[in-house]
Amino acid sequence: MTGDEDGHQPMLEVTDLVKNYGPVPAVRGVSLGVARGEVVVLIGPSGCGKSTLLRCVHLLEEPTSGTIRVGAQQISFGGSGKALTGRKLAAYRSRIGMVFQHFELFPHMTALQNVMEGPVTAKRMDRRAGADLARGLLAKVGLAGKEQSYPAQLSGGQAQRVAIARALAMSPEVMLFDEVTSALDPELVGEVLAVMRQLAEDGTTMIVVTHEIPFARDIADHVLFMDAGVVAEHGPAAEVLVRPANPRTRAFLSRFHHAGALRSVG
Amino acid sequence: MHYHWDLGMVLADTDLWWRGIGVTLLYSVATVAGGIVIGVFCGLTLLSQKRWLTLPLEAYVEIFRCTPLLIQIVWFYYALPILLNFSLPAWLAAGLGLTLYMGAFCTEIFRAGVMSIGRGQWQAGRALGMTYARLMRRIVLPQAVRRMVPPLVNQSITQLKNTALLYVVAVPDLMYTSSIVTAETYRPLEVYTIAAAIYFMMLYPLTLFAKRLETRVDR
Repeated sequence: MTGDEDGHQPMLEVTDLVKNYGPVPAVRGVSLGVARGEVVVLIGPSGCGKSTLLRCVHLLEEPTSGTIRVGAQQISFGGSGKALTGRKLAAYRSRIGMVFQHFELFPHMTALQNVMEGPVTAKRMDRRAGADLARGLLAKVGLAGKEQSYPAQLSGGQAQRVAIARALAMSPEVMLFDEVTSALDPELVGEVLAVMRQLAEDGTTMIVVTHEIPFARDIADHVLFMDAGVVAEHGPAAEVLVRPANPRTRAFLSRFHHAGALRSVG
Repeated sequence: MHYHWDLGMVLADTDLWWRGIGVTLLYSVATVAGGIVIGVFCGLTLLSQKRWLTLPLEAYVEIFRCTPLLIQIVWFYYALPILLNFSLPAWLAAGLGLTLYMGAFCTEIFRAGVMSIGRGQWQAGRALGMTYARLMRRIVLPQAVRRMVPPLVNQSITQLKNTALLYVVAVPDLMYTSSIVTAETYRPLEVYTIAAAIYFMMLYPLTLFAKRLETRVDR
Protein backbone atom coordinates (compact mmCIF):
# COMPACT_ATOMS: atom_id res chain seq x y z
CA MET A 1 0.00 0.00 0.00
CA THR A 2 2.72 2.42 0.92
CA GLY A 3 4.96 1.45 -1.93
CA ASP A 4 3.54 3.94 -4.36
CA GLU A 5 3.43 6.75 -1.84
CA ASP A 6 7.17 6.96 -1.31
CA GLY A 7 7.89 6.44 -4.98
CA HIS A 8 9.16 2.84 -4.82
CA GLN A 9 7.46 -0.11 -6.38
CA PRO A 10 6.05 -2.48 -3.78
CA MET A 11 8.07 -5.69 -3.64
CA LEU A 12 4.93 -7.78 -3.61
CA GLU A 13 1.86 -6.75 -5.51
CA VAL A 14 -1.43 -8.57 -5.86
CA THR A 15 -3.89 -7.30 -8.44
CA ASP A 16 -7.56 -8.25 -8.79
CA LEU A 17 -7.01 -11.66 -7.29
CA VAL A 18 -9.99 -14.01 -7.49
CA LYS A 19 -10.24 -17.50 -6.03
CA ASN A 20 -13.30 -19.65 -6.54
CA TYR A 21 -13.82 -23.15 -5.21
CA GLY A 22 -16.03 -24.50 -7.94
CA PRO A 23 -18.95 -22.08 -7.99
CA VAL A 24 -18.15 -20.75 -4.50
CA PRO A 25 -16.17 -17.51 -4.42
CA ALA A 26 -13.63 -17.25 -1.59
CA VAL A 27 -11.66 -14.19 -2.71
CA ARG A 28 -13.47 -11.77 -5.01
CA GLY A 29 -11.00 -9.39 -6.53
CA VAL A 30 -8.41 -8.29 -3.98
CA SER A 31 -5.49 -5.97 -4.67
CA LEU A 32 -2.71 -5.18 -2.27
CA GLY A 33 0.91 -4.12 -2.29
CA VAL A 34 3.60 -4.69 0.28
CA ALA A 35 6.73 -2.55 0.32
CA ARG A 36 10.10 -3.89 1.43
CA GLY A 37 10.23 -4.06 5.22
CA GLU A 38 6.53 -3.39 5.57
CA VAL A 39 4.16 -5.34 7.81
CA VAL A 40 0.66 -5.79 6.45
CA VAL A 41 -1.94 -7.34 8.73
CA LEU A 42 -5.08 -9.00 7.40
CA ILE A 43 -8.01 -9.16 9.76
CA GLY A 44 -11.60 -10.19 9.30
CA PRO A 45 -14.22 -12.72 10.37
CA SER A 46 -13.51 -16.40 9.75
CA GLY A 47 -14.42 -17.42 6.24
CA CYS A 48 -13.76 -13.94 4.90
CA GLY A 49 -11.03 -15.21 2.58
CA LYS A 50 -7.95 -13.89 4.35
CA SER A 51 -6.29 -17.29 4.73
CA THR A 52 -7.22 -18.20 1.17
CA LEU A 53 -5.63 -14.97 -0.02
CA LEU A 54 -2.44 -15.83 1.84
CA ARG A 55 -2.37 -19.34 0.41
CA CYS A 56 -2.93 -17.92 -3.06
CA VAL A 57 0.04 -15.60 -2.64
CA HIS A 58 2.13 -18.68 -1.83
CA LEU A 59 0.50 -20.61 -4.70
CA LEU A 60 -0.51 -23.37 -2.32
CA GLU A 61 -3.80 -22.63 -4.02
CA GLU A 62 -3.91 -21.68 -7.67
CA PRO A 63 -5.77 -18.36 -8.00
CA THR A 64 -8.70 -18.38 -10.42
CA SER A 65 -7.66 -15.08 -11.97
CA GLY A 66 -5.59 -11.97 -11.28
CA THR A 67 -1.87 -11.31 -11.12
CA ILE A 68 0.82 -11.58 -8.48
CA ARG A 69 4.16 -9.87 -8.79
CA VAL A 70 7.09 -10.62 -6.50
CA GLY A 71 10.15 -8.52 -7.25
CA ALA A 72 10.59 -8.72 -11.01
CA GLN A 73 8.56 -11.89 -11.47
CA GLN A 74 5.00 -11.29 -12.59
CA ILE A 75 2.54 -14.18 -12.79
CA SER A 76 -0.91 -13.98 -14.37
CA PHE A 77 -3.64 -16.46 -13.57
CA GLY A 78 -6.77 -17.49 -15.38
CA GLY A 79 -5.21 -18.77 -18.59
CA SER A 80 -5.46 -22.38 -19.64
CA GLY A 81 -3.59 -24.69 -17.29
CA LYS A 82 -1.55 -23.75 -14.28
CA ALA A 83 0.52 -20.57 -14.33
CA LEU A 84 3.57 -22.29 -12.82
CA THR A 85 4.43 -25.96 -12.46
CA GLY A 86 7.28 -28.19 -11.35
CA ARG A 87 10.61 -26.55 -10.71
CA LYS A 88 9.40 -23.05 -11.55
CA LEU A 89 6.62 -23.36 -9.02
CA ALA A 90 9.04 -24.73 -6.40
CA ALA A 91 11.47 -21.89 -7.12
CA TYR A 92 8.70 -19.32 -6.71
CA ARG A 93 7.61 -20.79 -3.39
CA SER A 94 11.16 -20.84 -2.07
CA ARG A 95 11.18 -17.03 -2.27
CA ILE A 96 8.23 -16.77 0.10
CA GLY A 97 8.15 -18.06 3.66
CA MET A 98 5.00 -19.50 5.16
CA VAL A 99 4.13 -20.26 8.77
CA PHE A 100 1.02 -22.37 9.33
CA GLN A 101 -1.59 -22.40 12.06
CA HIS A 102 -0.74 -25.99 12.99
CA PHE A 103 3.08 -25.63 12.70
CA GLU A 104 3.42 -28.63 10.36
CA LEU A 105 6.91 -29.44 11.55
CA PHE A 106 8.32 -32.65 10.10
CA PRO A 107 7.85 -35.13 12.98
CA HIS A 108 10.63 -37.49 11.89
CA MET A 109 13.27 -34.74 12.07
CA THR A 110 14.82 -32.87 14.98
CA ALA A 111 14.31 -29.12 15.37
CA LEU A 112 17.71 -28.56 13.75
CA GLN A 113 16.94 -30.89 10.82
CA ASN A 114 13.56 -29.20 10.33
CA VAL A 115 15.21 -25.81 10.00
CA MET A 116 18.04 -26.95 7.73
CA GLU A 117 15.78 -29.07 5.49
CA GLY A 118 14.77 -26.23 3.17
CA PRO A 119 18.23 -24.81 2.49
CA VAL A 120 19.90 -28.22 2.19
CA THR A 121 17.24 -30.04 0.15
CA ALA A 122 15.69 -27.31 -1.96
CA LYS A 123 18.62 -24.91 -2.22
CA ARG A 124 21.43 -27.49 -2.27
CA MET A 125 23.26 -25.77 0.54
CA ASP A 126 26.21 -27.62 2.07
CA ARG A 127 25.03 -29.63 5.10
CA ARG A 128 27.47 -28.00 7.50
CA ALA A 129 26.56 -24.51 6.35
CA GLY A 130 22.89 -25.48 6.65
CA ALA A 131 23.37 -26.70 10.21
CA ASP A 132 25.21 -23.50 11.17
CA LEU A 133 22.46 -21.41 9.64
CA ALA A 134 19.81 -23.46 11.45
CA ARG A 135 21.60 -23.17 14.81
CA GLY A 136 21.76 -19.40 14.41
CA LEU A 137 18.08 -19.16 13.54
CA LEU A 138 17.02 -21.38 16.45
CA ALA A 139 19.01 -19.10 18.75
CA LYS A 140 17.30 -16.10 17.20
CA VAL A 141 13.84 -17.48 18.04
CA GLY A 142 15.02 -18.28 21.58
CA LEU A 143 15.48 -22.02 21.17
CA ALA A 144 19.22 -22.48 21.58
CA GLY A 145 19.65 -25.86 23.26
CA LYS A 146 16.59 -27.40 21.62
CA GLU A 147 18.39 -28.38 18.40
CA GLN A 148 18.14 -32.12 19.02
CA SER A 149 14.53 -32.12 20.25
CA TYR A 150 11.87 -33.74 18.11
CA PRO A 151 8.65 -31.81 17.46
CA ALA A 152 6.70 -34.14 19.78
CA GLN A 153 8.99 -33.06 22.63
CA LEU A 154 8.31 -29.35 22.12
CA SER A 155 5.48 -27.20 23.45
CA GLY A 156 3.19 -25.57 20.92
CA GLY A 157 4.91 -22.23 21.32
CA GLN A 158 8.34 -23.79 20.83
CA ALA A 159 7.14 -25.77 17.82
CA GLN A 160 5.74 -22.65 16.21
CA ARG A 161 9.02 -20.81 16.78
CA VAL A 162 10.88 -23.69 15.11
CA ALA A 163 8.43 -23.36 12.21
CA ILE A 164 9.24 -19.65 11.96
CA ALA A 165 12.97 -20.44 11.96
CA ARG A 166 12.37 -23.08 9.27
CA ALA A 167 10.68 -20.52 7.04
CA LEU A 168 13.38 -17.91 7.72
CA ALA A 169 16.09 -20.40 6.73
CA MET A 170 15.11 -19.98 3.09
CA SER A 171 15.89 -16.24 3.36
CA PRO A 172 12.48 -15.45 1.91
CA GLU A 173 11.68 -12.07 0.44
CA VAL A 174 8.28 -12.07 2.16
CA MET A 175 7.07 -13.96 5.22
CA LEU A 176 3.44 -15.05 5.44
CA PHE A 177 1.88 -15.88 8.80
CA ASP A 178 -1.45 -17.73 8.72
CA GLU A 179 -3.11 -17.42 12.14
CA VAL A 180 0.02 -18.76 13.73
CA THR A 181 -1.16 -18.33 17.32
CA SER A 182 -4.72 -19.65 16.90
CA ALA A 183 -3.82 -23.22 17.81
CA LEU A 184 -1.75 -22.27 20.86
CA ASP A 185 -2.64 -22.31 24.52
CA PRO A 186 -3.13 -18.68 25.63
CA GLU A 187 -0.01 -18.66 27.82
CA LEU A 188 2.15 -19.67 24.82
CA VAL A 189 0.91 -16.96 22.46
CA GLY A 190 3.21 -14.28 23.85
CA GLU A 191 6.49 -16.02 23.03
CA VAL A 192 5.49 -16.44 19.38
CA LEU A 193 4.27 -12.87 19.04
CA ALA A 194 7.53 -11.65 20.60
CA VAL A 195 9.50 -13.42 17.86
CA MET A 196 7.29 -11.90 15.17
CA ARG A 197 7.63 -8.47 16.73
CA GLN A 198 11.39 -8.84 16.61
CA LEU A 199 11.23 -9.83 12.94
CA ALA A 200 9.11 -6.78 12.17
CA GLU A 201 11.62 -4.53 13.94
CA ASP A 202 14.44 -6.16 11.97
CA GLY A 203 12.74 -5.02 8.79
CA THR A 204 11.26 -8.33 7.62
CA THR A 205 8.56 -7.94 4.98
CA MET A 206 5.50 -9.68 6.40
CA ILE A 207 1.87 -10.40 5.69
CA VAL A 208 0.15 -11.50 8.86
CA VAL A 209 -3.30 -13.01 9.22
CA THR A 210 -4.25 -12.78 12.87
CA HIS A 211 -7.03 -12.37 15.38
CA GLU A 212 -4.66 -10.72 17.89
CA ILE A 213 -5.88 -7.17 17.45
CA PRO A 214 -3.62 -5.44 20.03
CA PHE A 215 -0.65 -7.20 18.46
CA ALA A 216 -1.78 -6.08 15.01
CA ARG A 217 -1.96 -2.51 16.24
CA ASP A 218 1.61 -2.75 17.51
CA ILE A 219 3.33 -4.20 14.49
CA ALA A 220 1.19 -3.35 11.46
CA ASP A 221 2.15 -0.60 9.06
CA HIS A 222 -1.01 -1.32 7.17
CA VAL A 223 -4.18 -3.17 8.05
CA LEU A 224 -6.64 -4.69 5.62
CA PHE A 225 -10.05 -5.62 6.89
CA MET A 226 -11.54 -8.34 4.72
CA ASP A 227 -15.16 -9.33 4.63
CA ALA A 228 -16.92 -11.74 2.28
CA GLY A 229 -13.92 -12.07 0.00
CA VAL A 230 -13.17 -8.39 -0.54
CA VAL A 231 -11.12 -5.73 1.22
CA ALA A 232 -13.78 -3.73 3.03
CA GLU A 233 -11.37 -1.22 4.54
CA HIS A 234 -7.66 -0.59 4.56
CA GLY A 235 -5.23 1.96 5.84
CA PRO A 236 -2.66 2.60 8.57
CA ALA A 237 -3.18 0.51 11.70
CA ALA A 238 -3.97 3.59 13.77
CA GLU A 239 -6.90 4.40 11.50
CA VAL A 240 -8.41 1.02 10.68
CA LEU A 241 -8.05 -0.44 14.16
CA VAL A 242 -8.68 2.67 16.23
CA ARG A 243 -11.07 4.79 14.16
CA PRO A 244 -12.60 2.41 11.60
CA ALA A 245 -14.79 4.13 9.01
CA ASN A 246 -16.61 1.06 7.77
CA PRO A 247 -19.47 -0.10 10.03
CA ARG A 248 -18.57 -3.73 9.33
CA THR A 249 -15.03 -3.12 10.60
CA ARG A 250 -16.46 -1.45 13.67
CA ALA A 251 -18.81 -4.37 14.32
CA PHE A 252 -15.95 -6.83 13.88
CA LEU A 253 -13.56 -4.96 16.16
CA SER A 254 -16.13 -4.39 18.89
CA ARG A 255 -16.10 -8.14 19.48
CA PHE A 256 -12.39 -7.95 20.29
CA HIS A 257 -12.33 -4.85 22.45
CA HIS A 258 -13.21 -6.66 25.62
CA ALA A 259 -10.75 -9.53 25.12
CA GLY A 260 -8.12 -7.19 23.73
CA ALA A 261 -8.33 -4.88 26.74
CA LEU A 262 -7.90 -7.82 29.07
CA ARG A 263 -4.84 -9.05 27.22
CA SER A 264 -3.05 -5.73 27.07
CA VAL A 265 -3.53 -5.33 30.82
CA GLY A 266 -2.22 -8.85 31.45
CA MET B 1 -9.64 -94.37 22.86
CA HIS B 2 -5.96 -94.96 22.87
CA TYR B 3 -3.86 -93.81 19.94
CA HIS B 4 -0.20 -94.68 19.67
CA TRP B 5 1.66 -91.66 18.32
CA ASP B 6 4.55 -92.47 16.01
CA LEU B 7 6.32 -89.26 15.11
CA GLY B 8 9.55 -91.02 14.19
CA MET B 9 8.01 -92.92 11.32
CA VAL B 10 6.40 -89.81 9.92
CA LEU B 11 9.58 -87.72 10.22
CA ALA B 12 11.87 -90.44 8.86
CA ASP B 13 12.33 -88.81 5.47
CA THR B 14 13.85 -85.58 6.75
CA ASP B 15 15.02 -84.45 3.30
CA LEU B 16 11.43 -84.45 2.10
CA TRP B 17 10.33 -82.28 5.04
CA TRP B 18 13.23 -79.87 4.63
CA ARG B 19 12.42 -79.53 0.94
CA GLY B 20 8.81 -78.77 1.84
CA ILE B 21 9.85 -76.10 4.33
CA GLY B 22 12.30 -74.69 1.78
CA VAL B 23 9.67 -74.44 -0.95
CA THR B 24 7.19 -72.76 1.41
CA LEU B 25 9.80 -70.22 2.56
CA LEU B 26 11.05 -69.60 -0.96
CA TYR B 27 7.54 -68.94 -2.28
CA SER B 28 6.75 -66.74 0.72
CA VAL B 29 9.83 -64.58 0.37
CA ALA B 30 9.70 -64.37 -3.43
CA THR B 31 5.99 -63.57 -3.68
CA VAL B 32 6.12 -61.07 -0.82
CA ALA B 33 9.08 -59.35 -2.49
CA GLY B 34 7.34 -59.39 -5.86
CA GLY B 35 4.15 -58.12 -4.25
CA ILE B 36 5.98 -55.22 -2.60
CA VAL B 37 7.55 -54.23 -5.92
CA ILE B 38 4.11 -54.27 -7.55
CA GLY B 39 2.67 -52.40 -4.57
CA VAL B 40 5.24 -49.59 -4.72
CA PHE B 41 4.85 -49.22 -8.47
CA CYS B 42 1.04 -49.39 -8.55
CA GLY B 43 0.66 -47.42 -5.32
CA LEU B 44 2.76 -44.54 -6.63
CA THR B 45 0.93 -44.59 -9.95
CA LEU B 46 -2.45 -44.58 -8.20
CA LEU B 47 -1.42 -41.38 -6.41
CA SER B 48 -1.28 -39.59 -9.73
CA GLN B 49 -4.67 -38.30 -10.70
CA LYS B 50 -4.65 -39.48 -14.30
CA ARG B 51 -7.75 -41.60 -14.84
CA TRP B 52 -6.37 -43.58 -17.77
CA LEU B 53 -3.54 -44.72 -15.49
CA THR B 54 -5.46 -45.27 -12.29
CA LEU B 55 -8.54 -47.00 -13.72
CA PRO B 56 -6.80 -50.19 -14.91
CA LEU B 57 -4.78 -50.41 -11.71
CA GLU B 58 -7.87 -50.00 -9.56
CA ALA B 59 -9.52 -52.77 -11.56
CA TYR B 60 -6.49 -55.01 -10.99
CA VAL B 61 -6.49 -54.37 -7.25
CA GLU B 62 -10.20 -54.99 -6.83
CA ILE B 63 -10.26 -58.13 -8.99
CA PHE B 64 -7.45 -59.74 -7.04
CA ARG B 65 -8.72 -58.59 -3.65
CA CYS B 66 -12.29 -59.71 -4.26
CA THR B 67 -11.72 -63.19 -5.69
CA PRO B 68 -10.38 -66.20 -3.80
CA LEU B 69 -6.67 -66.84 -4.19
CA LEU B 70 -7.47 -70.51 -4.76
CA ILE B 71 -9.48 -69.59 -7.86
CA GLN B 72 -6.68 -67.33 -9.12
CA ILE B 73 -4.09 -70.11 -8.88
CA VAL B 74 -6.39 -72.68 -10.47
CA TRP B 75 -7.37 -70.18 -13.16
CA PHE B 76 -3.75 -69.42 -14.12
CA TYR B 77 -2.96 -73.13 -14.22
CA TYR B 78 -6.04 -74.69 -15.82
CA ALA B 79 -8.00 -71.87 -17.47
CA LEU B 80 -5.44 -69.46 -18.90
CA PRO B 81 -3.82 -72.13 -21.14
CA ILE B 82 -7.12 -72.50 -22.99
CA LEU B 83 -7.02 -68.78 -23.85
CA LEU B 84 -3.31 -68.69 -24.64
CA ASN B 85 -3.01 -72.07 -26.25
CA PHE B 86 0.08 -72.46 -24.15
CA SER B 87 0.27 -73.75 -20.60
CA LEU B 88 2.24 -72.33 -17.73
CA PRO B 89 4.22 -74.73 -15.58
CA ALA B 90 2.60 -75.28 -12.19
CA TRP B 91 5.34 -73.49 -10.25
CA LEU B 92 4.90 -70.39 -12.41
CA ALA B 93 1.11 -70.37 -12.46
CA ALA B 94 0.99 -70.65 -8.68
CA GLY B 95 3.75 -68.09 -8.21
CA LEU B 96 1.98 -65.67 -10.51
CA GLY B 97 -1.28 -66.01 -8.60
CA LEU B 98 0.40 -65.57 -5.22
CA THR B 99 2.47 -62.57 -6.39
CA LEU B 100 -0.40 -60.72 -8.04
CA TYR B 101 -2.59 -61.38 -5.01
CA MET B 102 0.06 -60.01 -2.64
CA GLY B 103 0.67 -57.12 -5.06
CA ALA B 104 -2.99 -56.06 -4.88
CA PHE B 105 -2.86 -55.85 -1.09
CA CYS B 106 0.54 -54.13 -1.11
CA THR B 107 -0.80 -51.52 -3.51
CA GLU B 108 -3.53 -50.66 -1.06
CA ILE B 109 -1.11 -50.64 1.89
CA PHE B 110 1.29 -48.38 0.03
CA ARG B 111 -1.41 -46.01 -1.20
CA ALA B 112 -3.08 -45.81 2.20
CA GLY B 113 0.28 -45.21 3.89
CA VAL B 114 1.08 -42.24 1.67
CA MET B 115 -2.48 -40.90 1.90
CA SER B 116 -2.30 -41.04 5.70
CA ILE B 117 0.30 -38.27 5.69
CA GLY B 118 -1.74 -35.12 6.18
CA ARG B 119 -2.16 -32.29 3.68
CA GLY B 120 -0.32 -29.99 6.05
CA GLN B 121 2.92 -31.92 5.67
CA TRP B 122 2.70 -31.67 1.88
CA GLN B 123 2.06 -27.96 2.12
CA ALA B 124 4.91 -27.43 4.55
CA GLY B 125 7.23 -29.19 2.11
CA ARG B 126 5.93 -27.22 -0.84
CA ALA B 127 6.29 -24.02 1.14
CA LEU B 128 10.01 -24.78 1.41
CA GLY B 129 10.26 -24.92 -2.36
CA MET B 130 10.51 -28.71 -2.65
CA THR B 131 9.62 -30.46 -5.88
CA TYR B 132 7.22 -33.43 -5.80
CA ALA B 133 10.04 -35.98 -5.94
CA ARG B 134 12.01 -34.37 -3.10
CA LEU B 135 8.91 -33.95 -0.99
CA MET B 136 8.06 -37.60 -1.48
CA ARG B 137 11.58 -38.77 -0.65
CA ARG B 138 12.38 -36.46 2.25
CA ILE B 139 9.06 -35.79 3.96
CA VAL B 140 6.25 -38.15 2.94
CA LEU B 141 7.88 -41.56 2.47
CA PRO B 142 9.99 -41.56 5.66
CA GLN B 143 6.80 -41.04 7.65
CA ALA B 144 4.57 -43.24 5.48
CA VAL B 145 6.93 -46.24 5.46
CA ARG B 146 6.79 -46.44 9.25
CA ARG B 147 3.04 -46.70 9.03
CA MET B 148 3.18 -49.28 6.25
CA VAL B 149 5.42 -51.75 8.06
CA PRO B 150 2.86 -53.23 10.50
CA PRO B 151 0.21 -53.93 7.82
CA LEU B 152 2.93 -55.28 5.52
CA VAL B 153 4.12 -57.72 8.18
CA ASN B 154 0.54 -58.83 8.80
CA GLN B 155 -0.06 -59.35 5.10
CA SER B 156 3.20 -61.31 4.84
CA ILE B 157 2.06 -63.61 7.63
CA THR B 158 -1.16 -64.26 5.73
CA GLN B 159 0.85 -64.78 2.57
CA LEU B 160 3.02 -67.48 4.13
CA LYS B 161 -0.10 -69.38 5.13
CA ASN B 162 -1.57 -68.84 1.68
CA THR B 163 1.35 -70.68 0.10
CA ALA B 164 -0.35 -73.85 1.36
CA LEU B 165 -2.57 -73.45 -1.70
CA LEU B 166 0.39 -74.57 -3.79
CA TYR B 167 -0.99 -77.97 -2.85
CA VAL B 168 -3.70 -77.78 -5.53
CA VAL B 169 -1.19 -77.58 -8.38
CA ALA B 170 1.18 -80.13 -6.79
CA VAL B 171 4.08 -77.81 -6.05
CA PRO B 172 5.92 -79.64 -3.23
CA ASP B 173 5.58 -77.10 -0.43
CA LEU B 174 5.04 -78.01 3.21
CA MET B 175 1.35 -78.76 2.66
CA TYR B 176 1.83 -80.90 -0.44
CA THR B 177 4.73 -82.70 1.26
CA SER B 178 2.38 -83.52 4.13
CA SER B 179 -0.04 -85.15 1.73
CA ILE B 180 2.79 -87.24 0.22
CA VAL B 181 3.96 -88.39 3.64
CA THR B 182 0.38 -89.19 4.61
CA ALA B 183 -0.05 -91.31 1.52
CA GLU B 184 3.13 -93.20 2.35
CA THR B 185 2.57 -93.69 6.08
CA TYR B 186 -1.22 -93.60 6.56
CA ARG B 187 -0.55 -91.36 9.58
CA PRO B 188 -2.56 -88.14 8.93
CA LEU B 189 -2.81 -87.26 12.63
CA GLU B 190 0.96 -87.06 13.09
CA VAL B 191 1.63 -85.57 9.67
CA TYR B 192 -0.84 -82.70 9.77
CA THR B 193 -0.12 -81.96 13.42
CA ILE B 194 3.57 -81.68 12.58
CA ALA B 195 2.83 -79.53 9.51
CA ALA B 196 0.67 -77.20 11.59
CA ALA B 197 3.39 -76.99 14.23
CA ILE B 198 5.99 -76.08 11.62
CA TYR B 199 3.80 -73.30 10.20
CA PHE B 200 3.23 -72.07 13.74
CA MET B 201 6.93 -72.03 14.56
CA MET B 202 7.67 -70.03 11.43
CA LEU B 203 4.91 -67.50 11.98
CA TYR B 204 4.68 -66.98 15.73
CA PRO B 205 8.00 -65.07 15.91
CA LEU B 206 6.76 -62.90 13.03
CA THR B 207 3.57 -61.99 14.89
CA LEU B 208 5.63 -61.04 17.95
CA PHE B 209 7.77 -58.89 15.69
CA ALA B 210 4.64 -57.27 14.22
CA LYS B 211 3.32 -56.50 17.70
CA ARG B 212 6.60 -54.87 18.69
CA LEU B 213 6.54 -52.75 15.55
CA GLU B 214 3.01 -51.60 16.26
CA THR B 215 3.83 -50.42 19.75
CA ARG B 216 6.85 -48.63 18.39
CA VAL B 217 4.79 -46.83 15.75
CA ASP B 218 2.30 -45.74 18.40
CA ARG B 219 4.99 -43.92 20.31
